[in-house]
Amino acid sequence: MTEKNVVLDVKDLCVSYGKVEAVHKVNLRIKEGEIVTVIGPNGAGKTTLMNALMAVLPCQGEVVYLGKAQRRDREVEQMVAQGMNLVPEKRELFADMSVSDNLLLGAFDRYRRGHRDQAETMEEVFKLFPRLRERKDQAAGTMSGGERQMLAMGRALMAKPKLLMLDEPSLGLAPLIIKEIFRIIDSLRSTGVSILLVEQNARAALKVADYAYVLETGEVAMEGPAHQLANDPKVIESYLGLGGKH
Amino acid sequence: MDLSIALLLGQDGLTNGAIYALLALALVMVFAVTRVIFIPQGQFVAYGALTMAGLQSGKLPGTVWLLLGLGALAVVMDGWIALRDKQLRKLARSAAFNLLVPLAIAGLIAGLKADTLPLPVQILLSLLLVVPLGPLLYRVAYQPLAEATVLTLLIVSVAVDFAMMGLGLLFFGPEAFRTPAFSEGSLTLGELTINAQTLWVIGCSAVLIVVLFLFFEKTLYGKALRATALNRVGARLMGIPTTMAGKLTFFVAALIGTFSGLLFAPITPISYDTGFLIGLKGFVAAILGGLGSYPLAAVGAVFVGLLESFSSFWASEYKEVIVFTIIIPVLLWRSLFSHHVEEEE
Amino acid sequence: MNPAMRRFLLPAFLLLLAVAPKLLPPFYITLINYIGLYALVALGLVLLTGVGGLTSFGQAAFVGIGAYATAYLTTTPAAELAPWLAFFGQSPWLTLIFGLTATGLLAITLGSLTLRLSGHYLPLGTMAWGLSLYYLFGTVSFLGRQTGLGGIPNIEFFGIVLDDGPSMYYLIWAFLLAGIFTAQNLLDSREGRAIRALKGGIVMAEAMGVNTSRARMIIFVIAALQAATSGWLYAHLQHFVSPTPFGLHLGIEYLFMAVVGGAGYVWGALVGAGIITILKHWLQEFLPKLLGQSGNFDNIVFGIMMIVVLLRAREGIFPLLRKIGSRNSTQTIKPFNPEAEPLPKRDMPPQGDTLLEVKHVTKRFGGLVANNDLSFTVKAGEVMALIGPNGAGKSTMFNCISGVNPPTEGEVVFRGKVISGMESRDIAKLGMSRTFQHVRLLPTMTVLENVAIGAHLRGHRGVIPAAWRLDRKEESRLLAEAARQIERVGLKEHMFDAAGSLALGKQRIVEIARALTADPSLLLLDEPAAGLRFKEKQALAELLRKLRAEGMGILLVEHDMDFVMGLADRCTVMEFGELLAEGLPEEIQTNPKVLEAYLGGADE
Repeated sequence: MTEKNVVLDVKDLCVSYGKVEAVHKVNLRIKEGEIVTVIGPNGAGKTTLMNALMAVLPCQGEVVYLGKAQRRDREVEQMVAQGMNLVPEKRELFADMSVSDNLLLGAFDRYRRGHRDQAETMEEVFKLFPRLRERKDQAAGTMSGGERQMLAMGRALMAKPKLLMLDEPSLGLAPLIIKEIFRIIDSLRSTGVSILLVEQNARAALKVADYAYVLETGEVAMEGPAHQLANDPKVIESYLGLGGKH
Repeated sequence: MDLSIALLLGQDGLTNGAIYALLALALVMVFAVTRVIFIPQGQFVAYGALTMAGLQSGKLPGTVWLLLGLGALAVVMDGWIALRDKQLRKLARSAAFNLLVPLAIAGLIAGLKADTLPLPVQILLSLLLVVPLGPLLYRVAYQPLAEATVLTLLIVSVAVDFAMMGLGLLFFGPEAFRTPAFSEGSLTLGELTINAQTLWVIGCSAVLIVVLFLFFEKTLYGKALRATALNRVGARLMGIPTTMAGKLTFFVAALIGTFSGLLFAPITPISYDTGFLIGLKGFVAAILGGLGSYPLAAVGAVFVGLLESFSSFWASEYKEVIVFTIIIPVLLWRSLFSHHVEEEE
Repeated sequence: MNPAMRRFLLPAFLLLLAVAPKLLPPFYITLINYIGLYALVALGLVLLTGVGGLTSFGQAAFVGIGAYATAYLTTTPAAELAPWLAFFGQSPWLTLIFGLTATGLLAITLGSLTLRLSGHYLPLGTMAWGLSLYYLFGTVSFLGRQTGLGGIPNIEFFGIVLDDGPSMYYLIWAFLLAGIFTAQNLLDSREGRAIRALKGGIVMAEAMGVNTSRARMIIFVIAALQAATSGWLYAHLQHFVSPTPFGLHLGIEYLFMAVVGGAGYVWGALVGAGIITILKHWLQEFLPKLLGQSGNFDNIVFGIMMIVVLLRAREGIFPLLRKIGSRNSTQTIKPFNPEAEPLPKRDMPPQGDTLLEVKHVTKRFGGLVANNDLSFTVKAGEVMALIGPNGAGKSTMFNCISGVNPPTEGEVVFRGKVISGMESRDIAKLGMSRTFQHVRLLPTMTVLENVAIGAHLRGHRGVIPAAWRLDRKEESRLLAEAARQIERVGLKEHMFDAAGSLALGKQRIVEIARALTADPSLLLLDEPAAGLRFKEKQALAELLRKLRAEGMGILLVEHDMDFVMGLADRCTVMEFGELLAEGLPEEIQTNPKVLEAYLGGADE
């Protein structure tokens, strides 16, 4: 295996809410074209970690993205401009606006910097999510949970990201839809985008990912190639089984 | 009251209502995008009218100094951050935008003999002088507090209004001014005689509303503002900077306010302290519409205008009491039909 | 400054105040009189804005009512007044009572119209009625229109005629100091905690049994009464009233005083009133000379000053002064008597009695069905776990049970009483207490004070006893109870720490202590183990077992399966708002449907 370019390299990342530390000295690395997952229980700090990387939350520590050290007081827009896009846990769609307007806004940053290829990009997104084409004039708020997740992902892809961060894409979705979402995540591999996937659904996440981190109470408790972790007895007990009886 | 008086009052009410409608729309927009309750909206009406009056009398309006001062302050604030971050390009851009542009505008106005120029040019110059104050105000007073509570932002608004009113007195003096109508003459329809300026007001308001509608529905920047209003977090994740949305919104609001002032000044004499009351009436209208709905706010504005003109006939002394008391039954109605569910996270 | 010196600060200040009229020329006395009058109004705004999170720009109108009430009644010949009004007109002290009553009634009316509405309607409403009252003063003929009313008599106090600045000085400052001390006492009491809880969110306060509408009304009325008192004093100081000082402009300046001084601090009102009054006096003299024009140019300075204060020192000047005074301002350690007589306890239902019955509950939000036809029970002395993937509707169910959001269909029965549709504070009264998934503590208050909010329903002393310190016996019982619960959950060493300084996991435990302080028979816990470390989880499980043994019913929403399975007596599993399975933990763990839901559908 050849050493690929490192997309994101994080050293000793700490995030605090006031005096309370929610993420403590996390080290994390994502290589080009890789799918990396962070799994762990509720309240472990997974979403906090994502938000800190995206500069939604201030953090301490070293964040090197695409070979560039990122400033501590950087803004979300600067990360978007560098091709980092987050699909948040709550989706954060523009509920009263149509599906196509939501998608267009996904490309706002590119539009602002003079790119005018939105129509073609939208065509590609529609190819990945045919359901969105059918609903393109419908208000985003009127769609089902699965469709919303697809729209949120499609909207992020409109920005042609280099690193796509997905926060709990399976949240609140029916098993069949989850299967579909994970199939699409897997298929994104061919586009060359790197993916950071935060999931509670550890089994599905480990299956699709190349490399995995386990986050517990704000710290990395374990890491390794995903298939290896999927067979680790401790991981099986805590995250893959139900109460250890599996 | 006979029909002709009723028609006259109706015409008055409708004219004022059209102005209030513009202001109410701007208020609803600013609140939706930035959560700022923009009390100084009315000051832009006064500044617009008085700057125009100043230009027409051949004086250099004091607005020039405010524009230059705010621009310089914005450069200092941007510069502070840019130097700390060692990003000199940012500083250069800020200086070009906030210092050179105002200087160019000021130079243009100082160089031209504005009182000799045709009315449309005077209108344009007034807009050039006053409208940039909107985004500059956002930069200086609101941007550092973008994450503050609605309440804090409201107090900032009141403070800005206070300062602008005081500066208005300093720049324009205590006298009220009336500017010439856009065109003379009137239109007679049976019993009813309509002033040309009334037609200008209603026509321009309608055009402005359509332009705003097109901006918000058809352009990506308009959509970005709507998106920010609908979901701030979502908008930021799309790379729509809060700062840009704020400045753009304040630009549009200042444009609406200033233009309203230019439309209004030929109808009513305007002095430095008129703006506050006009702005508040726009507010009453916006609240009648629930501070969230554009069409309802416009309907509320026309209602306020009519209420004002008819009560000035029936009970002229109590005109202001009636206009501001109307808000109380409306609030009662709203409180009966809203059940308080807390805004989560 | 060391604490000993701090202790002398207040007596020194009072002494200075007492001798000031003997030392200072009359001009300064007038200035200090005005500072006192303004500070009294600003004090009300501190309660309203800084403590309660509400704002009013219309306080000047209340000042006007107090002033005009006494002006009208004392200057109109008795023959021209209705007999009952003429009675009040006899003495300024009677007009004070009249003015306060009128203001109180008006405040209650205006408050009931606007206080229930969300944040920004209230200040906008206050602007509107502030303006209309101002115009009313200027147009009503019996109030003298723009000319105003003159010849207002002096106040007499036990035969002493208060006819000049220095004599009014003592009266004004007596009222102000009484206002400051009663406000301080009130905030440090059961009702005061309820008022401060408003900032922690309505849902939390109501769940602890606080009637939040009442709490808001209390501070709104107190603020109005303080303003009216200031107006009464003003009228008898000036012997003349006209509409100008009661306009919106002054209403705004009062708010500026509170914010500049420090809206969160009782003494901030005095600092703010002092700064603005002196500065205003100076500016009004200096600016017109500088600018060569006459006019109110001080507005420019005040406007800019407010913006700078909000940008740079949002807490106001007073906390900055205090910081200079003492470098390490630690949380005040509240003395309380741990030996205080324990509060009476609720009768616990016998073990195994059904506490809670959820019967066919459906909750719809628009077209979305969040809970569909769910039924389950919780018995006394058992831990019932509600589990399911994120987004399954567990929190919605919690809200249906606790009264935050009543169910669309079906009913909830608690201890034999149908509670669906009841307010959450009334449900709390029946003995149900809860914690929140997103911790809702007041971060700057101590753990002890936070936990004591839970005891709200176990005390009864109201506002007036609190203001005059007649509530101390009950207060120490409430605090002792809170302290006992803090010890019980194992956070004794954090008792006097600010709640916001604790780790998130510990904050969840504080919430449990707060819920326990309400003496519930049913405890609803929303993800109590999230963010806890292994040892802490064990301690929590131990605590819950102990509570269960005492007969408490516990309904638990939790994701951590190890935690749930080791603790729960029974489980109900939800998915997509529907019941997926129920039974003993062992049965649940082997239920194929549950396995499918929990392990996701990524398996082929």
